[in-house]
Amino acid sequence: MKIAVCIKRVPDSETRVKIGADGKAIDDAGVKFVLNPYDEFAVEEALRRKEAAGAGEVVVVALGPAAAQETIRTALAMGADRGVLLQCDKIPADGLAVARVLAAELKDGGWDLILCGKMAIDDSNHQVGPMVAELLGLPCVTAAAHLTLEAGKGVAEREIEGGVEVVAFPLPAVVTADKGLNEPRYPALKGIMAAKKKPLDVKPVTLAGTGLEVLALLPPPERKEGRIVGEGAAAVPELVRLLREEAKVL
Amino acid sequence: MSNVLAVCEQRAGALRKISQEVVTGARRIADALGGSVDALVLGAGPVSGADQLARCGADRVVTLTNAGFAAYAAEGYAQAIAERAKAGGYGAVVLAAGAQGKDLAPRVAAKLGVPLAADVTDIVIEGGAVIATRPVYAGKALLRVKITASPALVSLRPNVFTPVERPKAGTAETVAVNVPAGRVVVQEIKAAAGALDVAEAPIVISGGRGLKEPANFKVLEELAAAFGGKAAVGASRAVVDAGWRPHADQVGQTGKTVSPTLYIAVGISGAIQHLAGMRTSKVIVAINKDKDAPIFKVADYGIVGDLFDVIPQLTAEIKRLHA
Repeated sequence: MKIAVCIKRVPDSETRVKIGADGKAIDDAGVKFVLNPYDEFAVEEALRRKEAAGAGEVVVVALGPAAAQETIRTALAMGADRGVLLQCDKIPADGLAVARVLAAELKDGGWDLILCGKMAIDDSNHQVGPMVAELLGLPCVTAAAHLTLEAGKGVAEREIEGGVEVVAFPLPAVVTADKGLNEPRYPALKGIMAAKKKPLDVKPVTLAGTGLEVLALLPPPERKEGRIVGEGAAAVPELVRLLREEAKVL
Repeated sequence: MSNVLAVCEQRAGALRKISQEVVTGARRIADALGGSVDALVLGAGPVSGADQLARCGADRVVTLTNAGFAAYAAEGYAQAIAERAKAGGYGAVVLAAGAQGKDLAPRVAAKLGVPLAADVTDIVIEGGAVIATRPVYAGKALLRVKITASPALVSLRPNVFTPVERPKAGTAETVAVNVPAGRVVVQEIKAAAGALDVAEAPIVISGGRGLKEPANFKVLEELAAAFGGKAAVGASRAVVDAGWRPHADQVGQTGKTVSPTLYIAVGISGAIQHLAGMRTSKVIVAINKDKDAPIFKVADYGIVGDLFDVIPQLTAEIKRLHA
């Protein structure tokens, strides 16, 4: 199986967000960057599919700054065969602009499967995977938590409100990964050593905006200082009174 | 003047409640732009509840029918919506950012060649342009974007655009559309045990490691039941990673971001990635043994104590209220 995985370098989920000097992006000084957690599921799934097929290639593609080479190396250490960095200074908030660059790279690649994370935990755009599919004319299932592939066809399960949707689709296709799809492996030392020698192509790209302009990145509204109503079960009647009479939510 | 298209959702032939939020958001944009709202419903035939959309501001309710539209058909829906959006010359197209909208809106965006502002929590119109605010970094920051493309395509976070009474004519129109349903086919919907999703529930009661073991979530389920079908039980990442609760219930940066009217955090210390997922709740209650737990910093009301004493008492009080 020939599989492409789109990955992204994002700030770790424990990051405390500090707004940068331009007021439009985070100040990334001291921020620890990681492979987007949902993309880890995508990489893992690709590796398992290749292993099950007994042959094939897993190629990871990232858009991002030069430092995203590290993120690609992480995926290579997990077991991907080669990487492509579409290098730009900054990843824009405009998901369609990102999808266009990725689709241009993936076009004519002869992929059996293209995997992405369902979303990146930084911009939470939740859109690049299905946009890439649309631009390439491929079927797409988003937020798959379970996936079966057989004889050119796939069945995925995706969580919807109050249930699970079972979706059938033909290959080749784009599938975006949700948590639960698998348990990603940790790169072993051998994998980390091997990753250093695996091919990583760096291609400079220019992104064209599609009409989404960032005005500002703002801190979330402060929550009003709360209070401790009391201790133990004895405080419950007072809590219920406050919820009814003050907060008016009961 | 610019009209707005509100893309509604149905399941099994019945309109989903979130559609009213979509129409409410669309109405807000249309009022600012001086236009009208077309509510768009897609189904195999008439959809029950569609006639209610006039109450929250739909000037017209257009049902697109297609034999392949009984269940969600990603590709067919996207094509029908994109064609309608183009033909109608709308200034804005609004969807819900639930499971369906998150799948559908990006496809519509790519077909129309316009950007998508996803999971939006606030919209203002300035100089005729849609300015959308959306939580990023799971709510640790807000990104304000201006959409300069037309139509302005936005998806709305559930539970934020509370439906308001704005009665309009709601003229009904049915149009049969001739598009293929597509290659992505919903075979079946398996119902989950809890009917209410944490992302949509008006009340969310979440449990963390303080519950000590999976079986103890029963005390939270009993409290949820006391609210009479309005509450869902959520979970912290720690207990989902430990396999106590399904991922579907996880609240936080690698789970769901929720904005219920009432959020009750039980035995959850309040890791930054959890706080990110629930801080936009209207009222937050925290119950924790540790008076220094970070969760108390974001809670409106806190009780310091053993949850196994506090929760049964709270359940009894809520039952009494509802009796």
